Amino acid sequence: MGLENLLLGFQVAITPTNLFIAVVGITLGTIIGVLPGLGGANGVAILLPLTFTMPPTSAIILLTSLYWGALFGGAITSVLFNIPGEPWSVATTFDGYPLARQGHSGQALTAAFTSSFVGAFFSIVLITFFAPILAEIALKFGPPEFFAIQFLTFSSFVGLGGGNPLKSLASILIGFILASVGLDIVTGQLRLTFGFTDLMKGFDFIVAVIGLFGIGEILLSVEEGLKFQGARTAMNLRVVLDTWKILPRYYRTFIRGSVIGFWMGFKPGGATPASFMSYAFAKRFSKNPERFGKGEIEGIVAPETAAHAAGVAAMLPMITLGIPGSPTAAVMLGGLIIWGLQPGPMLFVDNPEFVWGLIASMYTGNVIGVLMVLAFVPFFAAILRIPFAILTPLIVIVCAIGSYAVHNSMIDIWYMLIFGVVGYVFKKLDYPLAPLVLALVLGDLAENALRQSLIMSQGSLTIFLTRPIAGAITAVAIFFFLLPAITPWWRRLRGLPAAAPAPRET
Amino acid sequence: MRLADLVVAAVLALLGGVVLYDAARLGVGWGLEGPQSGFFPFWLAVTLIGVSLGVFLQALVRGPAKAFVTRERLRPVLKVLLPVAGFIVLTDPPGPLTGLGLYVAAAFYLGFYMRWVGRHDWRAVVALSIVVPVITFFIFEKWFLVPMPKGPVEDWFGY
Repeated sequence: MGLENLLLGFQVAITPTNLFIAVVGITLGTIIGVLPGLGGANGVAILLPLTFTMPPTSAIILLTSLYWGALFGGAITSVLFNIPGEPWSVATTFDGYPLARQGHSGQALTAAFTSSFVGAFFSIVLITFFAPILAEIALKFGPPEFFAIQFLTFSSFVGLGGGNPLKSLASILIGFILASVGLDIVTGQLRLTFGFTDLMKGFDFIVAVIGLFGIGEILLSVEEGLKFQGARTAMNLRVVLDTWKILPRYYRTFIRGSVIGFWMGFKPGGATPASFMSYAFAKRFSKNPERFGKGEIEGIVAPETAAHAAGVAAMLPMITLGIPGSPTAAVMLGGLIIWGLQPGPMLFVDNPEFVWGLIASMYTGNVIGVLMVLAFVPFFAAILRIPFAILTPLIVIVCAIGSYAVHNSMIDIWYMLIFGVVGYVFKKLDYPLAPLVLALVLGDLAENALRQSLIMSQGSLTIFLTRPIAGAITAVAIFFFLLPAITPWWRRLRGLPAAAPAPRET
Repeated sequence: MRLADLVVAAVLALLGGVVLYDAARLGVGWGLEGPQSGFFPFWLAVTLIGVSLGVFLQALVRGPAKAFVTRERLRPVLKVLLPVAGFIVLTDPPGPLTGLGLYVAAAFYLGFYMRWVGRHDWRAVVALSIVVPVITFFIFEKWFLVPMPKGPVEDWFGY
């Protein structure tokens, strides 16, 4: 039955018009993904008014293609400049950028795009065949399970991050504190604003990402006397084919990343924690964990596969339940309502050509996407040849535009500068930046889940342990938190030498 | 490095204290409809203060004596940082003064940086300082419809 419907969908998706729309969407999306601060959600929101005159199927194809393009584009700046265009490409910088610095940017980009494609494809196949079953599982997730998942994500930073666990914890806490600045949406009270109106809207993670990673990295690079000039990239069909020959070696990482990504994709903001988790797991299970962070291909494969599997999976609860799994999906959901469609399970019954056209366009969109970005890699690699004294101000200008565009406010550009200095200091002192950003992204959601859970249990924390799914997840999370304390003791017991400090990943 | 570590840990503990102060004002207990506004920040702050103390003690015991940043390595950092601050001030200075807008400020910033750091040819400096802001103007104002802060020059062109 699934196949029949899919065929119907392909009849919709493979019309010349819709294919052309997919190409346009992917091109725009890639550009948006490359520009830090202009994310998929932003791009979709900006384009949404233009789609009102289009047929809904073409409109959703344009918006989803833009989303795939943004997912691909995020990897490009991560690899070439160490500036993640999107939060889920932060983990891609850990190994992508070192590889580019060693002159292997072609290899790094090919690995990133291919992994993105594999992750996305895995999720699309699962969406096609298992949508009803998986939607049912996701339905059982209440606030306690949701909070437990968050808890697990952060515990993996402390337990598997490999750096100073106290400093990792400090970064997470700072992120959550920054997230709580502004209006408390539950009670309507102002928190941590101290009478400053500028603080009322809080700190946006986009501004934090741009400052911490973009500006901070520029400062760190010039201090180290490094120029942005990467090695000349030989990017051609041969590099692509050679990289493809190596990639099957990491089939385990592909599978693990796809599964983590798909699983995490249901919940809001899932792509970012999925990418970090997949990276942490890849490092943990690797025979050469010391090579991670220095330019290991597997360190690109893991986060990219998971991020894209999650990014695609985020569409599943949107079409089956009417609950968006990502900010971009949330904007698309708004579009659905404007086009006169009723989101949720009834969509399958009432508008099969829309649902299956959308699912089929996920196949075509991602195939077109991976071919397009691979073809244009030489163009992106050429950016590396721009002289340092031109590139630095260009990046700063784009960063400033991105920061300003979030809320149309000048104060965000100042925040960007402050976050830049904080990023520089933190990186030098080994405070990891990724958990800070992630906590800032997930802060409100995590707090709401916690508060709702506590209301359900009338203030008892045991709710996270007594419900079966939440309990299992919480137990793993607690284990990860305790891991840094257990490991030295365990090593001594086994007569192993104390572990050498692992390289920091940010 | 040790001093910087100690200072940052102390600053973080102070941040925790500030959060604690505000959380106490908002109420950290159980309200009529569940946890009060200050509940979550309170526990974050308590943990942060504890963690900062831990980092402080760690640094005190085994912090490396290496300098955080040497004078000659700080110079290139400031050479990047100060022009960025200048660019932001030119765009829209805090206070009642009106700025030049982002595009004109970007032109000055790019030109200044190219000439000062890169010692690029004047012709290249002038050409790029005009072309780049114009292109960004069209991309963001026209294509993406994201309005940026504008100043007298854009006014004069009728935007």
